[in-house]
Amino acid sequence: MDNAIVATHDTHVEEHHVELPQLRHHFETEEQQREAGTFGMWLFLLTEIMFFGGLFFAYLLYRNWYNPAFVAASNQLSIPLGTVNTAVLISSGFFMALGVWAAEVRKKSLLVLFLILTNIAGLAFLGVKAVEYKEKWDKHHIPGAHFDITEFVNPPLNPKTGKPVEEPLSPDMAQKTQLFFVLYFAMTGMHALHMVIGIVLLFWLTYRANRGEFTEGYVAPIENFGLYWHFVDIVWIFLFPLLYLINRHPGT
Amino acid sequence: MSSQYHDPANVTNPEHSEHHIIGPGTYILVYVSLLILTGLTVAAAFVDLGILNPVLAVGIACVKGTVVILFFMHVFYQSKLIKLTVTAGFFTFLVLITMTLSDYMSRAWGLW
Repeated sequence: MDNAIVATHDTHVEEHHVELPQLRHHFETEEQQREAGTFGMWLFLLTEIMFFGGLFFAYLLYRNWYNPAFVAASNQLSIPLGTVNTAVLISSGFFMALGVWAAEVRKKSLLVLFLILTNIAGLAFLGVKAVEYKEKWDKHHIPGAHFDITEFVNPPLNPKTGKPVEEPLSPDMAQKTQLFFVLYFAMTGMHALHMVIGIVLLFWLTYRANRGEFTEGYVAPIENFGLYWHFVDIVWIFLFPLLYLINRHPGT
Repeated sequence: MSSQYHDPANVTNPEHSEHHIIGPGTYILVYVSLLILTGLTVAAAFVDLGILNPVLAVGIACVKGTVVILFFMHVFYQSKLIKLTVTAGFFTFLVLITMTLSDYMSRAWGLW
């Protein structure tokens, strides 16, 4: 029985080799090549999980050690901007997913359109991020020699109640807000770097997609880039609540 | 023995050869649910739940991440090899977090 299977499928494979120029000779079938590619991409993404995981762990530990500083510093971030950016990034991932679908059903102009939309949403995300970074720069909330703890030691008063808008911190705890901002810039900065790399790749993929390279049955580059882009989305899905929503004075 | 099988078309492992194309309908459903969950996580941050606030925030983020992995990243329709790879990665990550954190928490026990 086994020998019979060998005979049948060997001829089958030979036919495939002739039919599909994109199938590399060291793979037996197109499916095998496809799965090997997906497998390799996931191994790369696992190293990325470990890379961001170190940052997430540092965040977890320092948030537990210096919780009041993390609460006060987190409230400096803008929830509207963060929420809009989350929606923009999810939209970008949505367009990317549609792009993979367009490549699979071999619709070239749709694929190019979705890649461009993915790219536009990615660029919009970075634009909002730049606005947020600029505000931190203006308020001297970039960790380092020029970091300003005034706002955390003497929070501005709420005009209605006459009370401070934020729990005032002792000067040494107020210094620890720098740790929050170090992690904020390290994590969102690393995330933004991944997006910049992704956007550069997107321009290249859009150019190749426009030449019709991915709509003739060979979709691996689009698929694997999609995996990368969605991974970057997932990192942000965790960054948003952890950095922006630590303690928003519930009940007051 | 299995190395003697020459089975390029995956007759013994038919799941390898399936190529499932996910249509726009599924993606729209996932997209809308992700947006709803984003709204939910923002709304929940303004409700006083005590210790449950961060738990809920991370819980919602985990649900969103899982949905993205299963459908946007197609893992739901992939072979067992890919599913196992992804699960093993996240499991290893959780082991690293748990063991490092337990070290930090217990390092000073009995020293005071």
